[in-house]
Amino acid sequence: MSNIEERKEEIIDEFSMFDDWMQRYEYMIDLGKSLPLIDEKYKTEDNIIKGCQSRVWVKADHQDDKVVFKADSDAIITKGIVAILIRVFSGQKPEDIVKADTDFIDEIGLKEHLSPTRANGLVSMIKQLKAYALAYMSKDASTQN
Amino acid sequence: MKTETTLDVFDVDKIRDDFPILKEEINGYPLVYFDNAATSQTPQQVINCISDYYSRYNANIHRGVHTLSQTATDAYEQSRIKIQNHFNAKRSHEILFTAGTTHAINIVASGYGQFLKKGDEVIVSALEHHSNIVPWQMMCEKTGANLKVLPMHQDGMLKLEELDGLLSDKTRMVFVNHVSNALGSINPIKTIIQKAHDVGAKVLIDGAQAAPHIQADVQELDVDFYTVSAHKMCGPTGVGILYGKEHLLEELPPYQGGGEMISDVSFEKTTYAGLPHKFEAGTPNIAGGIGFGAAVDYLHKIGFDNIKEHEDELVSYATERLKEFDKIILYGPEVNRKTAVISFNFEGLHSYDIGTLVDKMGIALRTGHHCAQPIMKFYKIPGTVRASFSFYNTKEEIDIMIKALERAVKMLY
Repeated sequence: MSNIEERKEEIIDEFSMFDDWMQRYEYMIDLGKSLPLIDEKYKTEDNIIKGCQSRVWVKADHQDDKVVFKADSDAIITKGIVAILIRVFSGQKPEDIVKADTDFIDEIGLKEHLSPTRANGLVSMIKQLKAYALAYMSKDASTQN
Repeated sequence: MKTETTLDVFDVDKIRDDFPILKEEINGYPLVYFDNAATSQTPQQVINCISDYYSRYNANIHRGVHTLSQTATDAYEQSRIKIQNHFNAKRSHEILFTAGTTHAINIVASGYGQFLKKGDEVIVSALEHHSNIVPWQMMCEKTGANLKVLPMHQDGMLKLEELDGLLSDKTRMVFVNHVSNALGSINPIKTIIQKAHDVGAKVLIDGAQAAPHIQADVQELDVDFYTVSAHKMCGPTGVGILYGKEHLLEELPPYQGGGEMISDVSFEKTTYAGLPHKFEAGTPNIAGGIGFGAAVDYLHKIGFDNIKEHEDELVSYATERLKEFDKIILYGPEVNRKTAVISFNFEGLHSYDIGTLVDKMGIALRTGHHCAQPIMKFYKIPGTVRASFSFYNTKEEIDIMIKALERAVKMLY
């Protein structure tokens, strides 16, 4: 199982093969289509992140000492970026998730999608992933005590 | 109103030269700007007017005795008269400068909040922008008045036949937009105003979406309040007007306290200035107000008849081209019952994805709920793609949009 930095590098490598925006977006759309969907029953108000434009659902589970995320969006391009973020963050240790940054999104030419003014739910989603990780960290700490 | 300066020949290429932004490239493609219902572009004549104000006669208005202040005051008040003439208001002080339509609506809603009582009724249409819903909801919460909704048909027109059933002697206010921002529907405001007046109710018409396309005559309409934003009429952002009948504006309490709006101030009591100053507290957007006047002049130079003819042609052509797509869903009324707006979706695709992909090809479309969530809820959709045209757009640009949509749809299906 690769760590967060290794997964970011993999993604940067994959995107470096593309010559233009169309190829990048086609790949992202494919990624969006292949994201494991959240079971409909988890698409609840509790799990939703409402952007003005698109909506994102995120569900977190604690497995061993890792946090596993599943996510979905009603817009396919948003879903593609969700897939990239999940690939980096899911299955990692909570403390690594909390520390991680998302600069690699700039490097692969998708910066505009993480703009706080874009209102697609992604910036809030990243905050939410970290909030879940933080919650598991404090839960772990209290269990150990 | 056709002025003597109205263009005899409508030459869209020549008109486009007035708009420097139309020569911009976006993501390596020439800009195709079809988001005019959100904001229109600004012609060089208006940009020059604003620049001229700051370069030559920037000064605070109304109380200065020095020449510069007098020049700025004259220009600002001259602009108010241009706008008065444009809307055929009886008096110039019935035109209040505001920060825009939202501000204008809030002045009226907040003022009526002091008159209404529990059990009074106000009617809103199902086609409203949030800015013509939320201020009234806030007013109803404060006063205990009830908000009733005039519903819409599937084709995006109001159910006018249900208005009589909603109106009663309890109705105090009716507020409807002249044109729907999400669908472009032109509402039968003259009938609505007459019917509301028959039961003694007052009417506010949100004219933000109509103003770039239709020249409203407030006296002929007999409307009580009419609101407009300059930035949808080739003018600057952050300025608009509230038209109100003189006696109604006199009754209405001031919205904000401050400088400019007073007659006399002491710690015991302050008396308010007369119209329009009672509602224009603080230093206004002077450059914006003057620029608004220049924008009105510019639109008259183009001519509202020319604008309508050209835009109708564009919206008809775009509708025909869009219908070539198998999986297109069009919302809103037929071409002859709306302004130059087309709201659409592709079956199974999200508007955000379409908007994102065509933007990569230089095309500015609006996507989402257009601040009109009740309409989206009516159609049970999260949003639409909206193309909205202006007199400076062309059929060639529509062809470019269609090609871009073809590429986007191919990528997404």
